[in-house]
Amino acid sequence: MGELVDRLKADVRIKDSLHACIHCGTCTAICPAASFYDYDPRELTSTVQDIVARGDDKRLIELLSSNYIWYCGECMSCKTRCPRDNAPGVIIEALRALAQETGLFAESEKGRQQLMIKRTLGEWIVDYGYCVVGDKMLLEMFPEQGPNWQWVLDNIDLVFEKQGAHYQKEGNGAMRKIPKEDLDELRMIYKVTGADKRFKTIEEFSKKKAEEMGIQFDESHDCEYFKHVYTFNSNNK
Amino acid sequence: MIELKGKERIWEKYQKEIPLDRYYYARSCIRQNFWPGSETTFIKILEEELGKTILDEEHHTTCSGIAYHCDVIPQETTMTIVARQFSLMCESGYEHFVPSCITSFGIYTEILETWNEHPEVEEKIKRMLMEATGREFRKPKFLVHPSDVIYALRFDILKKAKYRLVNAKTGEPLKCVEHVGCHYAKMFPDKGVGGAEFPRVLMGMIEAWGGEVVDYPERRTCCGFGFRQYMVQANRGYSIACTKRKFDSMEPYKPDLIVTNCPGCPFFLDRWQYVIAEMEGKVYTEDGYGIPVLTYEELAGIVLGYNPWELGLQMHQVSVEPLLKKIGFEYDPLDKFKVGNQTILTLPEAPGVLKV
Repeated sequence: MGELVDRLKADVRIKDSLHACIHCGTCTAICPAASFYDYDPRELTSTVQDIVARGDDKRLIELLSSNYIWYCGECMSCKTRCPRDNAPGVIIEALRALAQETGLFAESEKGRQQLMIKRTLGEWIVDYGYCVVGDKMLLEMFPEQGPNWQWVLDNIDLVFEKQGAHYQKEGNGAMRKIPKEDLDELRMIYKVTGADKRFKTIEEFSKKKAEEMGIQFDESHDCEYFKHVYTFNSNNK
Repeated sequence: MIELKGKERIWEKYQKEIPLDRYYYARSCIRQNFWPGSETTFIKILEEELGKTILDEEHHTTCSGIAYHCDVIPQETTMTIVARQFSLMCESGYEHFVPSCITSFGIYTEILETWNEHPEVEEKIKRMLMEATGREFRKPKFLVHPSDVIYALRFDILKKAKYRLVNAKTGEPLKCVEHVGCHYAKMFPDKGVGGAEFPRVLMGMIEAWGGEVVDYPERRTCCGFGFRQYMVQANRGYSIACTKRKFDSMEPYKPDLIVTNCPGCPFFLDRWQYVIAEMEGKVYTEDGYGIPVLTYEELAGIVLGYNPWELGLQMHQVSVEPLLKKIGFEYDPLDKFKVGNQTILTLPEAPGVLKV
């Protein structure tokens, strides 16, 4: 017992952000996620501390398999005022990392959403050098962008040029085309630092889960499983 | 009564040393995509108005911060990408690192703090960067956000101001909501001007340029981004609910504008006003246009009298014209949709509820 807990304890974020909670509840009072979801950062901190103290892998597996660790928005408001220098939002980062490395993310509705994030932000970084790529954020997936954004997309070269940006051009400036040699360095960083390995795990466990759920899965953004994780919300029912 | 010496000591931790020249600029993914004119304006103000040196080179990339806070990439990956950015800064002979994004500013701050607490982590990242790219790096002498720089230079900007944040008809100061991005000082309060308790960074600009700051109950609440809570459509209820809570709270104060230092916050404060209007018919101003939301670069550009459409105000879903009219700003309304050789583009579709 405790092998998984040991992996969690090795994360520098746990070393820095998990101390004995005094249950003042300030983190929960100011937490946006706590006011929207059935989520309580004070409870999370105590629960994780107890799991770590007891080396309780069984409870850790339950936690990593649950929606609970995916509710936080990482605004880090909790970190500001904790008198014990805890940071529940940072503990969440360590838990989510372990959930993905072990494949347990695929066991919860919210965790399964990581496939969508991997296939967009995660891949955009090495494909384009930007983690957010506006001209990929079409109204079909992001309808709240509104009609002005559609107008920008329809005229993007000219609208960006008017503002002194260099959309898809070589050289410096906003939204320039990032040179190939720089993207190659990012790709090597992904390989050396474990991002490629994590992405492979996300794909493998997502595929397995899609088969279990009987939802069509392939490598495209159009596959049914991608659309499912992007839009499905059971509201905990 | 507290002696001055004591007071100075009390306020010492809320000060921030901000270098006044020679900046290495790292652009923001969100700001480039959604408010590209803001970055152009920041560089223009520094170079052309204030005679500062700022390097804007082509080889830097995303810091990967949004992906990191969506938890999809390992901490080591983000740290190594950040180390590469530092390497580019060193190669260029600069020591003052200025990241345009607040998420990035938080990422850089957190990483530097972690390396400070755990030198073995920094050593590991040095090895990883060397293995991946053959690069070496030194940490910056100063890490400051561009809003820190504009704050430090706010009175120099005032000297060149063509407009004030004052109602041209009544002479009353405009009521301004300042929204400081969460990752500016909530994680490491001593790294922001005024800390998390008394963030002065945007207040200082507003007051220097003639406006009045609105103090409302949800002033320090997150804009509602929540990273994965917005990126995934199934979670967006979190995002809009959070933003709506802020609007409901500020509404009775009748703000004339909202200004932010994070590039993501104006996206949500602008776009969710459009969605709330479409879903519920609710508009947060009596004139039916909604509350204009600006980046601090746009606000500085307006004060300096720059062409609003070169600033990029046409990128906003909530119209900024009511604000321009309020301060007596002279502008060409048709120029909003002109490009290149004065061609007028087909106008955007009008929203269902918000006036434009």
